[in-house]
Amino acid sequence: MRVDVIEVDAVEKVFDVRRRAGRLRRERHRVRAVDGVSFTVRSGEVVGYIGPNGAGKSTTVKMLTGILTPSAGRVRVAGIDPSRERTRLARRIGVVFGQRSTLWWDLPLRDSYRLIHRLYRVPDAVFRANLERCVELLDLAPLLEVPVRQLSLGQRMRGEIAAALLHDPEVLYLDEPTIGLDVVSKARVRGFLRDLNEERGTTVLLTTHDLTDIEQLCGRVVVIDHGRVVYDGALGGLHEAGESERMLVVDLEREFAPVGLAGVRVVRVEGPRQWLAFPAARSAAPLVAELARRYPLVDLSVREPDIEAVIARMYAGRSA
Amino acid sequence: MRGRVPRRGVRAADGVRAYGLIVGMWVRSTMAYRLSFAMTAFGNLAATAFDFVAILLMFSHVEALGGWSLPEVAFLYGTTSTAFGLADLVLGSVDRLGRRVRDGTLDVLLVRPVPVLAQVAADRFALRRLGRVVQGLLVLGYALATVEVQWTPGRVAAVPLMVLCGGALFAAVFVAGAAFQFFAQDAAEVQNAFTYGGNTLLQYPPSIFAKDLVRGVTFVVPLAFVNWVPAMYVLGRQSPIGLPAWCALLPPFVAAAALAAAGLAWRAGLRAYRSTGS
Repeated sequence: MRVDVIEVDAVEKVFDVRRRAGRLRRERHRVRAVDGVSFTVRSGEVVGYIGPNGAGKSTTVKMLTGILTPSAGRVRVAGIDPSRERTRLARRIGVVFGQRSTLWWDLPLRDSYRLIHRLYRVPDAVFRANLERCVELLDLAPLLEVPVRQLSLGQRMRGEIAAALLHDPEVLYLDEPTIGLDVVSKARVRGFLRDLNEERGTTVLLTTHDLTDIEQLCGRVVVIDHGRVVYDGALGGLHEAGESERMLVVDLEREFAPVGLAGVRVVRVEGPRQWLAFPAARSAAPLVAELARRYPLVDLSVREPDIEAVIARMYAGRSA
Repeated sequence: MRGRVPRRGVRAADGVRAYGLIVGMWVRSTMAYRLSFAMTAFGNLAATAFDFVAILLMFSHVEALGGWSLPEVAFLYGTTSTAFGLADLVLGSVDRLGRRVRDGTLDVLLVRPVPVLAQVAADRFALRRLGRVVQGLLVLGYALATVEVQWTPGRVAAVPLMVLCGGALFAAVFVAGAAFQFFAQDAAEVQNAFTYGGNTLLQYPPSIFAKDLVRGVTFVVPLAFVNWVPAMYVLGRQSPIGLPAWCALLPPFVAAAALAAAGLAWRAGLRAYRSTGS
């Protein structure tokens, strides 16, 4: 049965920021980091929580984990009020901060896991099974005896994800889990998260700047900007709402006049190379076939729009 | 209803357990390099012992310091150094709180199911700080062996009690200082002034300081109850600021009150952090 595992209802977070104005005088002004956000996540969903820097993503996640107390509104995670019962909630959620380690920096990975085992009071059998599974799927065996500070970013991130899952959390928050990772590590992390969600039904809330993360993992995205939800729905719909475009970069044999194809906008021409924009919802295959038929094609690549561009267009489209 | 906030006693027990677990892990990892541990612990002992060497040098020129003999000053030194050493061993890591607030790593501690104070205190537990405790105990041993006192059962019992209550008083100062860092993240130095500075102050007899300073250390930041006040009873001396003799019985109560106040300050600090995020 699917139940609402994360409930966010008209939540606000207002900060009083003091700024220096002149030699001694300080100006106080209020910043609404989160301004009336509402959404619910059902158990087993994988939701991408996205938005530009400073949109209020981290502040929301901090309220969902109980780190911050909301200024107004109601938050429930697994039926618990995070700010009132932070430590009780902590046993039921896993958190991965992309930029900060939850592991003990100077201790070997294995010691961190042992400590989590005891601190979270995970039953021995559960701990052993979860650790074995993570070690196998995230390829951690060669890393267990290495102090965390000596791990590469990709290795550490795999270690962090394992650490967040040893106590069988119902909800997993991931803050930029693939930031700075190489392609192989990214693929491994995504594959692992997909399996986790399919096999265990773990609910995942993911903040990211990487559109591929979202395409491969999230059935749904919630977009936030200036502290408000501006879109909530399937990723495809986001592209439509934002009228976003993908970019086809083609290298032709020699210089040509800008190619003329229906539904394609030539953005730039540089010698034999041309940048062609086309709607993200459209398939690239027929376009490439048509191009190859009419022009001597040497090379091509397709570039996905990034989240910032999509949101920026969405805004431009809305205010127009 | 299932969602009740656990009672304070349960949380305290949770905190102690978590503290023990984290400390145990650090001790095990320290002990993986025994020689390195032995050397740093000895270094800690030697470095702190210089304070006492300075006092010895002074006494090579004078008979008494502010009317106190060398064994008496050694008694003050031994009690405060041991008490401070114990508090520093157990809670010394809390002075990194400001840095954790600044770089955001405090958030990591807030998503674990154990009290934050226990995690901050146990982080990077440094067993080498035992060096200071050992050094304090050695000087205290020397003082007890040489000081001219009519030892009564009460006076004998007062010595370990002084060390324990003194440790608790310094612990309260450590926690209150850490709580202050929630509001002023660069305040680690202010905290050090009270902890390390307070310890250095108490190594000397109160009679050599200005009376207002002694009053401040008695009534404002009650560190005088670590050794100056109870030493009146043990060594049979008068208080330089005219405290009545029964005040020597107060350290356990002052320590308990200071710990309670520090606990409240910590909670206020954590609450402020969680509502402001910085």
